[in-house]
Amino acid sequence: MEDVFTIANKNFNSRLIVGTGKYKNFEETANAVKASGADIVTVAVRRVNILDKDQPLLMDYLDPKLITYLPNTAGCYSSEEALRTLRLAREMGDWRLVKLEVLGDKKTLYPDMIETIKSTEILVKEGFEVMVYCTDDPILSKKIEDVGACAIMPLGAPIGSGLGIQNTTNIKLIKEQSTVPVIVDAGVGTASDATIAMELGCDGVLINTAIAEAKNPVLMAESMKHAVIAGRKAFKAVRMNKRKYASASSPQSNLI
Amino acid sequence: MNNLNVAKIQLNGNPYEINNGTNLNELLNRLKIKKNKVAIEVNGEIIEKKKYPNLILNKDDKVEIVHFIGGG
Repeated sequence: MEDVFTIANKNFNSRLIVGTGKYKNFEETANAVKASGADIVTVAVRRVNILDKDQPLLMDYLDPKLITYLPNTAGCYSSEEALRTLRLAREMGDWRLVKLEVLGDKKTLYPDMIETIKSTEILVKEGFEVMVYCTDDPILSKKIEDVGACAIMPLGAPIGSGLGIQNTTNIKLIKEQSTVPVIVDAGVGTASDATIAMELGCDGVLINTAIAEAKNPVLMAESMKHAVIAGRKAFKAVRMNKRKYASASSPQSNLI
Repeated sequence: MNNLNVAKIQLNGNPYEINNGTNLNELLNRLKIKKNKVAIEVNGEIIEKKKYPNLILNKDDKVEIVHFIGGG
């Protein structure tokens, strides 16, 4: 059996989840998603533009029958707003697998964990499969799992910052204690950051800005695909131990 | 003089005029929106798609029509 990635009893080939925001247009979005090899894309719920009926639709470029849409609650600052958004997403086409993010502050986009835990509990009771954006705090992420999250998604660094994984120790602790998939969400800036997340043992990575804001988003999407695969394989291969001093690679005997 | 056949509703935050007796299916047709690509809330309540033909809009109803857009 291949190294299958399972979330809420559904299997996926790619461990890279990509966002669909910040692209120049839907064509670029679709090309980047394709190059990334992702099976899951995050999408936002917003008002239809009533005045411009001819505006293109995301669904015309990314077929939700071919790729899993993961509705998010980006922009929600309270449990009520997040619940309303995801209930609307479910009504749109029975989307039950969702990404919950309840934000606490506009400047840092840090999650409000009290509202997040409260919302997760309600959504799980309503039958949603909830992937939860959270802080990299091992205690709070355990609480998220306890109330029924199907995946824990700690931030590596603030959303859109591209700073890379700031607290690798915490991410590792969260992974070690969790029985559901751990996906680093937010903070990846370039390919090596994605690799590090996977080398730590994380089950997947969610990336948007690092791809969309690259000079060549499609090429960066392809790079992220390889970075995630490389990190995953390195983790499974189990890296060598670090040494303080050198260890020659060529045999020391029979020297001429 | 007010036109008795017309009712003003709030559609996605803006005033919008409909004919009296318009149901949700008719509203979507007029807006050229396919119902399988949206979700609708009327006065804060999410409406199941099968109820669209029977839901007649009234004056001052607050209607929200949402869909998926790009997001992270």
